[in-house]
Amino acid sequence: MSPIRNIVSASPHIHSGQSTRKIMLDVIIALIPAFLVGLYVFGIGSLIVTATAILSCVLFEFLIQKFWMKEAGNVGDLSAVVTGILLAFNLPSNIPLWMIIIGSLVAIGVAKMSFGGIGFNIFNPALVARVFLLISFPVEMTSWPKPFENTWTYLDATTGATTLGIAKEASLMGQTLSEVSDMIQSSQDMLLGLTGGSIGEMSAIALLLGGIYLLYKKVITWHIPVSILLSMFVIGGIFWLTKQDMYLDPVTQLISGGAILGAFYMATDMTTSPMTPKGMLIFGVGIGLISIFIRLFGAYPEGVSFAILIMNAFVPLIDNYIKPRRFGTPIKFKIR
Amino acid sequence: MNDVLMQSVGILGGLGLLSSIFLFVISKAFYVYEDPKIALVEDILPTANCGGCGSPGCSAFAEKLVKTDDISDLFCPVGGNETMQEIAKLLGKEIKEKPPMLAVVRCQGYCDVRPHTTKYEGPISCAIESMIYSGETDCQYGCLGNGDCVDACLFDAIYMDETDIPVVISDKCTACNACVEACPRDIIELRPKNKKDLKIFVSCVNHDVAGAARKSCQNACIACGKCVEVCPKEAITITDNLAYIDPVYCTLCRKCVDVCPTNAIVETNFPVKKVKA
Amino acid sequence: MLQTFPLGGIHPPENKLTKDKPIEKMPIPKTVYVPVAQHIGIPSEIVVNKKDVVITGQLIAKASGKISAHIHSPVSGKVTKIDKIVDHSGYKQQCIVIKTDIKATEEAQINTDKLRTEIKLSPKEILERIHECGIVGLGGATFPSEVKLHVNADNPVDTLIVNGVECEPYLTADHALMLAKSKEILVGIQILIKALGVDNVIIGIENNKPNAIELFEKLTKNNDNIKVASLKVKYPQGGEKQLIKAVLNREVPKGGLPNQVGVVVHNVGTVFAIYEAVQYNKPLMERVVTLTGKNLINASNFWVKIGTPVKDLLEASGGIPEDTEKIINGGPMMGKALKNTDIPVIKGTSGILLMPDVESHRPEVQACIRCGGCVSVCPMGLEPYLLMSLIERSRIENAIDNDLMTCIECGSCSYICPAHRPLLDFIRFGKKLHNQNKAS
Repeated sequence: MSPIRNIVSASPHIHSGQSTRKIMLDVIIALIPAFLVGLYVFGIGSLIVTATAILSCVLFEFLIQKFWMKEAGNVGDLSAVVTGILLAFNLPSNIPLWMIIIGSLVAIGVAKMSFGGIGFNIFNPALVARVFLLISFPVEMTSWPKPFENTWTYLDATTGATTLGIAKEASLMGQTLSEVSDMIQSSQDMLLGLTGGSIGEMSAIALLLGGIYLLYKKVITWHIPVSILLSMFVIGGIFWLTKQDMYLDPVTQLISGGAILGAFYMATDMTTSPMTPKGMLIFGVGIGLISIFIRLFGAYPEGVSFAILIMNAFVPLIDNYIKPRRFGTPIKFKIR
Repeated sequence: MNDVLMQSVGILGGLGLLSSIFLFVISKAFYVYEDPKIALVEDILPTANCGGCGSPGCSAFAEKLVKTDDISDLFCPVGGNETMQEIAKLLGKEIKEKPPMLAVVRCQGYCDVRPHTTKYEGPISCAIESMIYSGETDCQYGCLGNGDCVDACLFDAIYMDETDIPVVISDKCTACNACVEACPRDIIELRPKNKKDLKIFVSCVNHDVAGAARKSCQNACIACGKCVEVCPKEAITITDNLAYIDPVYCTLCRKCVDVCPTNAIVETNFPVKKVKA
Repeated sequence: MLQTFPLGGIHPPENKLTKDKPIEKMPIPKTVYVPVAQHIGIPSEIVVNKKDVVITGQLIAKASGKISAHIHSPVSGKVTKIDKIVDHSGYKQQCIVIKTDIKATEEAQINTDKLRTEIKLSPKEILERIHECGIVGLGGATFPSEVKLHVNADNPVDTLIVNGVECEPYLTADHALMLAKSKEILVGIQILIKALGVDNVIIGIENNKPNAIELFEKLTKNNDNIKVASLKVKYPQGGEKQLIKAVLNREVPKGGLPNQVGVVVHNVGTVFAIYEAVQYNKPLMERVVTLTGKNLINASNFWVKIGTPVKDLLEASGGIPEDTEKIINGGPMMGKALKNTDIPVIKGTSGILLMPDVESHRPEVQACIRCGGCVSVCPMGLEPYLLMSLIERSRIENAIDNDLMTCIECGSCSYICPAHRPLLDFIRFGKKLHNQNKAS
């Protein structure tokens, strides 16, 4: 007998080294630029909100796993941190701490752990929490601090409305956009993120930077973000062309609100998105259509989070019917 | 205000009425006649849904019992003879009594007698491990110790001891055959169970020739034939380097246990023998 | 743009440590262990008895059934026993143990160094010779070569693809053989052209072997029939179906065989073995084996007699490194971990790989995060995550509906999975269960 204690296992004997933790770490890295812009624009409040959200999410995950599910915890995979950051990015920087903690409990406890933890949740946890908070505390959730005026203030920040909010208000009041045009920020400011809004959703450029990093790292593929943004652009553009004075132009639609944050970070959440490229495109177009319709015709100024949650519910259906093309079967239509 | 009230009551009431008519029609149109006896038989069955009878569940078995004329081949191992007699009485059919059975684990490859030479990594499942190779020890017939039988048992009648060999709890075992089917090595066998739970069996399934078998496990049957010689009832046979005690002929005399040089033949629940001074 | 197959695939670190090493001759082993189950199909039937004296190249086990192959004694010596020993499958199998008479073996060597280009045999005789010499596919699948060469009228073959891809990391046996025996391989191709009656030959080589590509391009410059395809490095390009797709853009239909698209694929090692068999009547008794590992002192390519225990190979190359915890027969993606080092080299052993302890262990299995990685790398367009969860729940029929049986077991899904899920283990298990159900 050989003196060595052999290990025997089935092939393959090597592994790519990719892990859930590394993927989550990449997402965190990708979110840093947007956070820095948030910090610059909204000041200390954004730091407090983000830190609270991360801490409470991780804590709830740890506690639930240890005392409720009684299993070896996997807080180390950083998925709770990502949920915390994404939740914070969807909150205004002057929201009270207890609301954040409630939000974290909803995200981790209700949306994630009650389904069985990572990989089993149907809906994106951060978005469930966000929508829960938005419906429960509409005032606090939509009084956005004004940019640059609140560097050192937290709860008592001066607040203002967002571009989408103004446009919605105007359309509900029967006003035209040109009547409120002086209140709408320039698209350059919106691109850089120097406007009011939630902590992380404002700077299109910072978010795109992180998105490109994720694409480069192959954490996400182009299918979901591109299909969401393209469908929003096309449908928004059609309506804008019909009534230019009532609807925002499509470029503003894309760079305002949570469109880019949603398209690159929320909709691409692996657990709650389809597996196949074809499925991803269907998913993305669905999100784009629903969010643009909510924005233009719904009661809420912003619809990306609702759209993603609605399409999340369709993911099992999409995965069931949209199969990858098997090798050796005829090509129906090609996406690659 | 009244209008609104009436309207909503009308709409909701109308909807309710429509759906109840719809449901009524559907239930009549798609009514399936089911023999009431099936439900009665199912009540008698233990409803463990273990599949030991060969049917996928108790209700399927009940249907089978009611629909087949000759049920002498059908048997519920969990309920045993009493249950079957009750069913026979209800249906007015003949059954064949079967002796109560019990699962026994035919391997004694504990860590100290069967050295581990390799380490398996992969899904903790005997079926998958056995697909990859012959196991962590040099014995390619014995227990793999991943507990497929424990997972298969619906009655918590098997547990793994500290050396990862399964142990059957005689009182809980219903002889449903689930562990026998789950074991990729066919180690577990159903043997007749008597009142005091006395058993004598060859606790080894190693078909290797003597030297190889002994090298891989000290408790292995080496097919020396001593037990065959000593058996007064000719109940023991050796096929393919492995002794087997036929429970039908064995009279539990315990002679073979004494002569087995490797302790491969085990006895259970016998009183301690008086040692001759 | 280099040619490759479009669907799925991965690119693991190549680690071709031995790519510049020429093929060394392994000393004749003192004892050889020749298992009778060395090929896909029915194990051969032993035709020698204990204490028989055998000479090199003597038939010791003959093919039984249609898909089977002859086995010849790799050495001259005496059969000491016919016993069951643990082989590459991890189980004890029938095996002929021959004590070598080293002097007689040396005398009986068939010298094939001189190039013989003239092909005297007729196509039918070639097939017979290949069968007689027990040639099987040396790429790893060990499918009897002669069976593949039978052309049937329904599926006319127009192209022969010679597989010099060697997409497995670490292995360089085919590469070394291509460099050392290029002329012989080309004669082997001519033999196959004659046997198959095709006029189009493509040699597929991945472009991490530029010297082999260059060499074959130079040698085939004046021959319009034979083309060299330089392929992008991608695993599992050496798989028959992927290779056909990469070089010809033809897809073997689901569940079909290459001859349905008019192609026959042979490994370069097989082609060389066919050359030796047809021109010198030399049975398959030895093959090139890459002995490799990050900490192995003398990692190299060797001519090894079939039946040589792995232990002898390791001794000849400087002993087993201290930290070795896993010994693999084949490459790291598809090879089988060996139970001990007494296991012999067989016809399908293209390499022996020693893994150091840090790389031997499997990481902890976590929950699937539905990242879709396995779907995107699967070269067959399957959904491994789905198959695994179906098989875990014993829903084999549903898995079959999702094309479980078309899996080529390349291992790309397990390789890529960030949650370290044993996808391929379960897929193999499901296939086995299905075959069992079908049989019963």
